Amino acid sequence: MELFRYSKPIPLMAKSKLAMAISVFMVIVSLVLIFTKGLNFGIDFAGGTIIQVKYEGVAPIDTMRQKLSGNRMFEGSSINEFGSPDEVVIRLKNSSESVTRDIGDVTREQLSGTGTFEIRRVDIVGAKVGSELREKGIMALTFAIIGILIYVSFRFEWRFAVASVFALAHDLTIAVGAISLFQLDVNLDVIAALLTILGYSINDTIIVFDRIREEITVSSASSVNEIIDDSVTRTLSRTVLTSLTVFIVLVTLFAFGGEIIHTFATTLLVGVVVGTYSSIFVASPLLEMLGFNLKNYRAKLSEKAAREIEKEKMRAQFEQGIV
Amino acid sequence: MLWQESSRMKLNYRVVLLIFATIFGLVFSLPSLTQSQNGAKITLGLDLQGGLHMLLGVKTEEAVTSQLKSTASGVKHFTEHNDILIDGLSASNNAVTFELLDEDDAVVMDEYLKKVEGTVVHSAQGKYSLAMTPAAIEKLKVQSVDQAIETIRNRLDQFGLSEPTVAKQGIDKILVELPGIKTPQEEQRARELISRAAKLEMMAIDEDRAMRANDVTQMEAESFGDKLLDDAIEPKTKHLVHEIAILDGTMLTDAQVGYDQSNRPVINFSLNSEGAQIFGDFTGKNVGKRLAIVLDGKVYSAPVINERIGGGSGQISGNYTTAEANDLAIALRSGALLAPIYMMEKRSVGPSLGADSIKGSMIALLSGFGAVVLFMMFYYRRAGVIANIALVVNILLIIAVMALFGATLTLPGMAGIVLTVGMAVDSNVIINERIREILAEGSSVKRAIEVGYENAMRAITDSNITTLIAAVALYVYGTGAIKGFAITISIGIIASMITAILGTHGIYIMLLDRIEKSKDTAKWFGVKRSM
Repeated sequence: MELFRYSKPIPLMAKSKLAMAISVFMVIVSLVLIFTKGLNFGIDFAGGTIIQVKYEGVAPIDTMRQKLSGNRMFEGSSINEFGSPDEVVIRLKNSSESVTRDIGDVTREQLSGTGTFEIRRVDIVGAKVGSELREKGIMALTFAIIGILIYVSFRFEWRFAVASVFALAHDLTIAVGAISLFQLDVNLDVIAALLTILGYSINDTIIVFDRIREEITVSSASSVNEIIDDSVTRTLSRTVLTSLTVFIVLVTLFAFGGEIIHTFATTLLVGVVVGTYSSIFVASPLLEMLGFNLKNYRAKLSEKAAREIEKEKMRAQFEQGIV
Repeated sequence: MLWQESSRMKLNYRVVLLIFATIFGLVFSLPSLTQSQNGAKITLGLDLQGGLHMLLGVKTEEAVTSQLKSTASGVKHFTEHNDILIDGLSASNNAVTFELLDEDDAVVMDEYLKKVEGTVVHSAQGKYSLAMTPAAIEKLKVQSVDQAIETIRNRLDQFGLSEPTVAKQGIDKILVELPGIKTPQEEQRARELISRAAKLEMMAIDEDRAMRANDVTQMEAESFGDKLLDDAIEPKTKHLVHEIAILDGTMLTDAQVGYDQSNRPVINFSLNSEGAQIFGDFTGKNVGKRLAIVLDGKVYSAPVINERIGGGSGQISGNYTTAEANDLAIALRSGALLAPIYMMEKRSVGPSLGADSIKGSMIALLSGFGAVVLFMMFYYRRAGVIANIALVVNILLIIAVMALFGATLTLPGMAGIVLTVGMAVDSNVIINERIREILAEGSSVKRAIEVGYENAMRAITDSNITTLIAAVALYVYGTGAIKGFAITISIGIIASMITAILGTHGIYIMLLDRIEKSKDTAKWFGVKRSM
């Protein structure tokens, strides 16, 4: 079976202006969402408490609200259904410092008489720990990006690195925009999802860039656009196939992974779609916009090759004892 | 015939490596997969098996405060004993301050203060300030954290939970992980045991003012050198005791649960020889008076002393159940906490939720895996089957390596495995697409495989290394469960280099003659070779 068979390059670069317009629009919408609607920082980063309660039968949410409203500890708390009608999650802005009697114990006492229930999860994160986790999350993202930037510059050329990081920023911004749009709780798993998007998106971009690097030496085309079109078209079947398989995996995660992995799967789904799009329509056109010069690059390559030959010659001469 | 068939299959180092990887993967993943008792197994994270995870802070400043208070009582004891008049004795802001009323006592006072360890003395016109040195404060803080860890570990060991973890995190944090917790009641009991100060003191009741105990305030009590304490059993009853304890729990050698005449649980304790000496002296001198047994600031009993008590043993009676008495005895045996602890982070997962999470992620893993396997077979035919073999070995390898390193599998770790499946497949997609390309150009199968792998290699290496960079950043700066995600991805990527790249290449080389002979590239790669 075959999805695509390469016959001639698809003139994608001709549409690059349209693609850029779409991307800029999406990024702006995402930024507006992030700054107006904001992000729902979960307890991992903001501190607070999450209590997951499972009832035998339908959870009496109204009675629960009533029972908890009397206690000042529960001010500003929210109670929502979690996955199924018999399960609820209580979110509190407060956390407790007492080891012997914490918010979870208080909740258990307050809820007594509302039915048969089991407290399945109590997560308490103090404000100090929250800010530490936030710092570490940002550090992880920053160092990952710097690491990638260095590696790609080393393996390709700075314009490739800059273009790939721009594509990366594009994907991450839109993914975060989606998180804001759906008002998902931003916890540690979201950071993991963002880092996965980062890895995935860079993967996709590198596969295309690798092909461009190869085509530059193999093909006789004289314009960057031609080479980019050719490379993108040649890698298109791989791009679509891989995205498809990852997509299948993520959809199963989304469908069967349970409520806890929902945010993770949702973020990744958005990231994979955007990442696939950006490796085709954002990264490569950016390369051209950054002023990638085919002649210079080829000249540099042949110069490098010449130097390599020269070195080889010297080595041979040295071994023969001439020098 | 069969012999002839196999004689055409060329063994090569890549296949040998794949076979080794398969055997290795099978052997070391089996204990985890079959849940056998023998061999190294993957530990399930608390989010999957249920349990309690806590990050505790230590209020180290309070260890400093109580150290200062005890220095102050030392000063008080010394001055009273030597008839030195002082005024305004207080302990605050990391220093003990007081005013010496008679200049003539300065020499004796200086002599004494010089001997107090870890302090610097400042005196001007009779005004004394005894400050703890920064080094002494630092030492005490470190000591109080280490002592808390040691104490908590002791208590949990005696509590009888399976595999408790107690470890220092950063400078003043303690990580406690209890996988064996099953119910909220059990959890609360464990938390009570951990956080209990367990400070035992023997204090003399101020018999002269005992009648007024329910009328005076704490301030008034302090003004006559007393302390007002609650009764442990009847909270409304108050006791007036002399502020300075006769002896404390540091002189305790043992504490055991016993039963009194009416068969109620009590705690029998024994003191060391120094404690026994002090206890004997005190009881001998104070027959007819009462002695309060104080635990964590509450009076448990205040029996009248009938005679001198030698031998250094005593009893704490209270209104507790056997389980409570047992926990209390454990806490007393393992010593008091120098500084109180508080909760910074707690994550507790009930066993049923853990089981649900395992079920959910297994379904996700298996269905995702199944869908990908079917897709590959359908799309690439036999090349897909070869990729799938590599995929299975890849997963076995991840499990085996994690089991060998004693790594913990968390929920995000499961997600990491699922993602690795996607990435390993990606490598084979890239390779197969390259092979197809060369076949489409009309090259021989041998050349298609050779060039296909060569071309795919660069792209795969570059993309895998960048993902590894991200995974390392995640591991270094990630916490808890996120680390698990980084671990499985890193192991998965490295394993996929062996299976998805070298392994599949080896299989192709081994089967090369067969593929060439069959001339049916559609069957092998899903596409016809251009002629």
